[in-house]
Amino acid sequence: MKRAFPIFAVLTALLLSYALYEALVAAPTEKTMGDVQRIFYYHVPSAWTAFLLFLINFVASVVYLIRRSHSADIVAVVTAEVGVVFCTVVLVTGPLWARPVWGIWWTWDVRLTSTLVLWLIYVSYLMLRRFSTSSQTPLLAAALAVFGALDVPLVYFSIWIFRTQHPQPVIGGGGSIDPRMLHILLLNWVAFLCFAALICWSRYRLERLRREVEETQALESLLEPRSLR
Amino acid sequence: MSLAAITRATLAKDLRLEWHSRDAINSMLFFALLVVVVFSFSFDPNAEESRQIAGGLVWVAFLFAAVVALNQTWARELRNQVLDAFRVSPAPANSLFLAKALGNFIFVCVLEALMTPLFVVFYKLRALGPAWQLIPVAVLGTWALVVNGTFFAAMSIRTRSREIMLPLLLFPISIPAILAMVNATTAILTGELSAWFWLVLLATYDVVFTIACLLLFETVLHAE
Amino acid sequence: MTFLYVAYAATWIIHITYLGTLVQRYKRLQREIEALQK
Repeated sequence: MKRAFPIFAVLTALLLSYALYEALVAAPTEKTMGDVQRIFYYHVPSAWTAFLLFLINFVASVVYLIRRSHSADIVAVVTAEVGVVFCTVVLVTGPLWARPVWGIWWTWDVRLTSTLVLWLIYVSYLMLRRFSTSSQTPLLAAALAVFGALDVPLVYFSIWIFRTQHPQPVIGGGGSIDPRMLHILLLNWVAFLCFAALICWSRYRLERLRREVEETQALESLLEPRSLR
Repeated sequence: MSLAAITRATLAKDLRLEWHSRDAINSMLFFALLVVVVFSFSFDPNAEESRQIAGGLVWVAFLFAAVVALNQTWARELRNQVLDAFRVSPAPANSLFLAKALGNFIFVCVLEALMTPLFVVFYKLRALGPAWQLIPVAVLGTWALVVNGTFFAAMSIRTRSREIMLPLLLFPISIPAILAMVNATTAILTGELSAWFWLVLLATYDVVFTIACLLLFETVLHAE
Repeated sequence: MTFLYVAYAATWIIHITYLGTLVQRYKRLQREIEALQK
């Protein structure tokens, strides 16, 4: 296990650089959007990774509510945090792509807005974990995660109605995608998944260690007065 | 005692206490009044413009005022160790939750009933669509805010700076409900679009989250 | 074209910042462990 981590890290780095090369150099240039379209190879895989992490967070929260297992809770913390990081990447690269293509930074489009709301929900989740003084933080956080997951379809549906009632910029969606582009997209996704797994792995170890230290500190403070006497 | 009886008893106690002190309703009313006046100063709309923006303004005012009331929901119980007593008693936890949510619902509805005439006067409002539909919008929308608000207030009393924590938890989750309330109100005021979609959405939101709150409240109450 | 590079750079800045906070948290833990071992 100890040696697996650096090997995995090196492999991920290699994969990421290869995927970067493919995305920037080898990929065919898109006809209408030009080179800017290459943001796609970072934007979309980040979004998929973020959604996958939030899904894992939801599953882990439900498992925690049923079984009260500590590892499920740690998985929930880790995936929420890393998910927010990836979601931030999506929200930053999105407008950078929209500006040259649509001429606007932001539009209240279904996917954009739902991602933003999802980001807000998970930031509030992390805030709750941070500010909670209860010893039952995992329980409260798991409850909030369940609420968030229930909210997602409602958010999507509400914004979908909202948008169909309003004019919106024409988004160059639909149509078939070049198989070469799809290939590079999937390659980038695999690379980012490995990267996410790598971060989650180290974050998981960190959280484990932190809890052990906290427990030891609590024990120490219990023992201390006795040793003074 | 049954769930309904305990709910009724707790609700009656809360309403009686509120009737004697009028803490929540007074602070809410004054707060909403301030919001109305400040918004009215800063926008000063004519009748046509106000129809477009009033839906948003009204609900933002009520939302912030509701947070004032929601924050006080559990404060009294926490001070007097009522929650601990409730935890050891055999009474179902959901009766406590329902009583609190209904209490808040009544407070916010009273607030809305008192503030709506003021809004109408300040913003020169006259609905072009079917005005009676505003009542189901208000009822469903208020319940949507209050049911989750009561639940999250129970969560935020376990955090540092709990007064700030409640809106931080409540607002992101409430976004679909707020969107639905605002758009339904605007649709009715301008009379251009139908509000039915939004009413259905609000009803769905209410059902989903009422069930979720009732299922999870016991775990949250016993988490200490 | 600049938008493309900004987007790629931003992605990595965000990831590296996060990794930086992880390293910082790890170092603080290490210090606490040392304090405990004394």
